[in-house]
Amino acid sequence: MKRNNKDKKIKVGIIGTGNIGSDLLIKVQRSYLLECGIFTGQNPDSEGIRRAKKLSIPTSFESIKAIESNQDCCEIVFDATSAKAHEKHASILKKLGKFTIDLTPSKVGKMCIPSINLEECLEEDEVNMVSCGGQATTPLIKTLMKVHPETEYVEIVSSISSKSAGMGTRENIDEYTQTTSEGIRYLTNIPKSKAIIILNPAEPPIFMRNTIYAEIDDPKLDLLDREINSLVKEIQKYVPGYKLILGPVYENNRVTTMIEVVGRGDFLPVYAGNLDIINCAAIEVAEEYARRKLLK
Amino acid sequence: MKKKIFIIDSTLRDGSHAMRHQFTKEHIINYTRGAQRAGIKLIIVGHGNGLGASSLHLGKSRLTDEEMLSIARKELKKTKLGAFLIPGFGTIKNDLKPAIELGIDSLMVASHCTEANITRQHIQYAREKGLDTYGVLMMSHMIPGKELLEQALKMQKYGAIGIILMDSAGAYLPDQVEEKVKILVNSLEINVGFHSHNNLGMAIANAVAAVKAGANIIDGTSRGFGAGAGNCQLEVIVAVLNKMGIETGLDLYTMMDNSDKIIASIMKKAQAINSITLTSGLAGVFSGFAPLAENAAKRFNVDVRDIFMELGRMKVVAGQEDIIIDVAMKLSKRLKQ
Repeated sequence: MKRNNKDKKIKVGIIGTGNIGSDLLIKVQRSYLLECGIFTGQNPDSEGIRRAKKLSIPTSFESIKAIESNQDCCEIVFDATSAKAHEKHASILKKLGKFTIDLTPSKVGKMCIPSINLEECLEEDEVNMVSCGGQATTPLIKTLMKVHPETEYVEIVSSISSKSAGMGTRENIDEYTQTTSEGIRYLTNIPKSKAIIILNPAEPPIFMRNTIYAEIDDPKLDLLDREINSLVKEIQKYVPGYKLILGPVYENNRVTTMIEVVGRGDFLPVYAGNLDIINCAAIEVAEEYARRKLLK
Repeated sequence: MKKKIFIIDSTLRDGSHAMRHQFTKEHIINYTRGAQRAGIKLIIVGHGNGLGASSLHLGKSRLTDEEMLSIARKELKKTKLGAFLIPGFGTIKNDLKPAIELGIDSLMVASHCTEANITRQHIQYAREKGLDTYGVLMMSHMIPGKELLEQALKMQKYGAIGIILMDSAGAYLPDQVEEKVKILVNSLEINVGFHSHNNLGMAIANAVAAVKAGANIIDGTSRGFGAGAGNCQLEVIVAVLNKMGIETGLDLYTMMDNSDKIIASIMKKAQAINSITLTSGLAGVFSGFAPLAENAAKRFNVDVRDIFMELGRMKVVAGQEDIIIDVAMKLSKRLKQ
């Protein structure tokens, strides 16, 4: 896509200076469409703030107040706090007219998986990035449903390394599985779904792995294979470490497919593919939003 | 005063693994009646991996959680009814709340031994609802006693009334049990228990070692009915404890009858240590992997023991059943080269 004002970038704010926020910051800095106008959290001594200061990024420890008191600091806001905090942030950000990309499992905004519904999401005030497991598996389930719309039930199992699971995931593990499962039903129209998450403490840490089981009686395996492989290439455009490692294979009336996500190693090392995939998806949304703004 | 041990009966939970989760209404009715006759105080009922775990990934159970718990609830008067839950599989909203509405009295909340902080929501919720809530550390052979204590302290803080160390892989030797249980007993304010598996033939010996080290809860199953090589056989441990002069408050003859007359007829095959379960104990891999590993071995024409040893090297945790196919596939590729 051509751009008419070459040097201009759209400013983003990042609330939350933990793993997710810090990784987003690195990705924003690499973007030729985005720049970080404020990196804000609650803890003045946080590692994240210290790192951002070194990079000469404007920082604050007043969380969302930093955006309220300086509204020009950003047009897009990434919320990487917690579901509870986001519920409070949502209405404030809406009033301020920010385009909000929520990375918590709050389910306030429209659920967004870029390869499925990016277009409609850009018309919203706020979108929700579901969960890492949701980002990794929902597009594939959508493809399964395209080939076999009669499918009634799908199940996903995400195994992630313990080191990549922050306190947010741990303390809200129920919200994680429920949001993932609801996101799958909402975005693929499958009647029933189940999501399971397993934290694995093995050393060296494992890569994020997602297994998708679908109950299908008479699968068109060749077609599935082609469709899934082309989908994987599509997703690799915004998540470079997204890999098909098994399947689709068929046994006992079910089709099994396995996906591994190797992170880019931006903030956390490469094993944290879970963190990478949700952030890559969030950046994809922000960049598309920015691209359209800049073209106007 | 005579020492007293609290026996938890997990026959209708761990036995579910050996049944590939196919317990019927009749099985549940017959065994819950037997357990109550024997004086069992707490019986855990459900899918082997607990509430919400019936799945393509781990095996679907014939009856739903609700069906199993309501059948048991109807039978149990004196004996308390408990459920099991692993966060990541079961959730409060979908699984625990309905189970509480069906009238469970007790809950075991389990996590892999290093991940106790995923149990906070569930332990706190169950305690608020008045359940006797236990924290369970699975695969506890994998980390040293000091680290187990840190994890157990978290569960104690959330409100657990007891901590049960699970030897999910049947990998412990008695000395190790004694060492780890002692550390917990010395530093926790709540009760400590042990749940053994018999892969190395140590289920009873390990339960005894735990008791000697100060544990006062033993979790086991009738006739050793359970995953892999089976569990601490309840009628045997009760007999052994009697002989040691330790009270359980249970009727030994009735427990033997339950084993011979009820469980023996439910079992598809006698609980035994075979080359597969023995290897899984040696490798320190979760016993529940056995049926899936056997399938994968057949499918990819590899030795199931090699699968287990490789899984052991990879330090896989319970719940990671999806990795079995992957390992079998890699081994078969290696063989072909």
